[in-house]
Amino acid sequence: MEKFLYCDNAATTKIGDEVFEAMLPYLKDAYGNPSSIYKLGRDSKKAIEIAREKTAKALNADPKEIIFTSGGTESDNWAIRSTAYRLREKGKTHIITTVFEHHAVLHTCEQLEKEGFSVTYVPVSNEGLVSVTDIENAITEETAIVSVMFANNEIGTIQPIKEIAAVCKEKKVIFHTDAVQALGNVPIDLKDLGVDLASFSGHKIHAPKGVGIIYIRKGVLLPNFIHGGGQERAKRAGTENVAGIVGFGVAIENIVKNIPEKIEKLTPIRNKLIDGILTLPHTRLNGSKNERLCGNVNVSIEGIEGESLLLMLDMKGIAASSGSACTSGSLDPSHVLLSLGLVHEVAHSSLRLSISEDFSEQDAEYVLSVIPEIVEKLRKMSPLWERLVSESK
Amino acid sequence: MLYSDKVLEHFTNPRNVGEIDDADGIGEVGNAKCGDIMKMYLKIDEGNITDAKFKTFGCGAAIATSSMATELIKGKSIDEALKLSNKAVIEALDGLPEVKLHCSVLAEQAVKAALSDYYTRKGLDPLLYVGELKEIEH
Repeated sequence: MEKFLYCDNAATTKIGDEVFEAMLPYLKDAYGNPSSIYKLGRDSKKAIEIAREKTAKALNADPKEIIFTSGGTESDNWAIRSTAYRLREKGKTHIITTVFEHHAVLHTCEQLEKEGFSVTYVPVSNEGLVSVTDIENAITEETAIVSVMFANNEIGTIQPIKEIAAVCKEKKVIFHTDAVQALGNVPIDLKDLGVDLASFSGHKIHAPKGVGIIYIRKGVLLPNFIHGGGQERAKRAGTENVAGIVGFGVAIENIVKNIPEKIEKLTPIRNKLIDGILTLPHTRLNGSKNERLCGNVNVSIEGIEGESLLLMLDMKGIAASSGSACTSGSLDPSHVLLSLGLVHEVAHSSLRLSISEDFSEQDAEYVLSVIPEIVEKLRKMSPLWERLVSESK
Repeated sequence: MLYSDKVLEHFTNPRNVGEIDDADGIGEVGNAKCGDIMKMYLKIDEGNITDAKFKTFGCGAAIATSSMATELIKGKSIDEALKLSNKAVIEALDGLPEVKLHCSVLAEQAVKAALSDYYTRKGLDPLLYVGELKEIEH
């Protein structure tokens, strides 16, 4: 078989075998509408409630605090927009977030700006970390909601969510976290964390695409976002994605069981990848090495452009991603990398490898055996590299 | 995003990579900010392009269009090279994705920039021969 190494788990993950098996009946014979009264419908409803219980248990939340959605983007939109609209009635028209959030949060905030809200985009350190004090200082009497991601999707840096939640609680401001990338990589205890709202996605934890959840802490008001039927205790309309929800339940139950083992296994492999790539000249790690998801590698390899690197890695059977503009379809390279203070050409030269629990040390060795020759080939044809070399002489 | 087989082939095995030490014209277009830089070297003998080489920092399409552009002008007269359009580069590569069309413009401009340099070195006003190089929208 041809070599294939999937190193893009921050983009999406492979559906787990157990997840797949658990979903199958609900894609075929157990097709009942959960809102129907007869057994076929009731069976679907039961399956959803079992998934909700598994989810609540995995996150140390109450099942009533868990609402299934179509994924992280919907949950982010819902949390921020509905809170903003609700609190506008009370004269609170200010939102705080950070410069390096996922677009699901950033573009939602930009839309709210067009609707008359003011938004503070708190900068991050060159290590990719949010300062609790910066958040605290940004809070005003008008602040309706603070939204800070749990872990960054590109550079994997882990933010002080518990501390920020405490500050928001003290200042009586709603706090939302996009925890999509953190789930399954960092232990999450929602009761202990103290967040008001949180977004999670299924397809990052070996569940299918198109399913996620929003956590709404008991006592937090969040007006509906999707209007229609009375599904999800009349909180989120639309006939439930039963198979997806069942898959989510199994996936989250499985993934939280092994987080300490996963961290213990992947951290040295991740460091091996980072250290190995950094032996090449003119390379840098993007984001803190310590406060970092166990499976995330993000480096800049100067003098070469990210997309061409990805194409060559693909030819060697390695699937990875980059923050280069060429891969984003936009003019600018990744806003996350620019937020760290990287100049454009270094941001264009980035490579992200996001590995999952089945990635072995031998896999890392293969990646490290392939990268230098690709880098050499691309640098040889790069006028930028030629300049870098002559400048450093 | 889908690249044609031809683009991938030129990306994997780019033709004419490198520099020409005694080039008669060198042109560089693009900038690091936008993520593409093309540098083209031409050897010109009696109005004919006898050799062309390039160095490119950029995506797969940028490398493939550089490679194809050098292939299309090698052995041609200056006049023919000046007529090289980005469309001709796209056609020769069996098409480019919409978001990559600017790479073909960059390749056309790199040829023109190198020829401008050739005329400048000869003490001639490149504007008369090559015309103005358009700003490239990325």
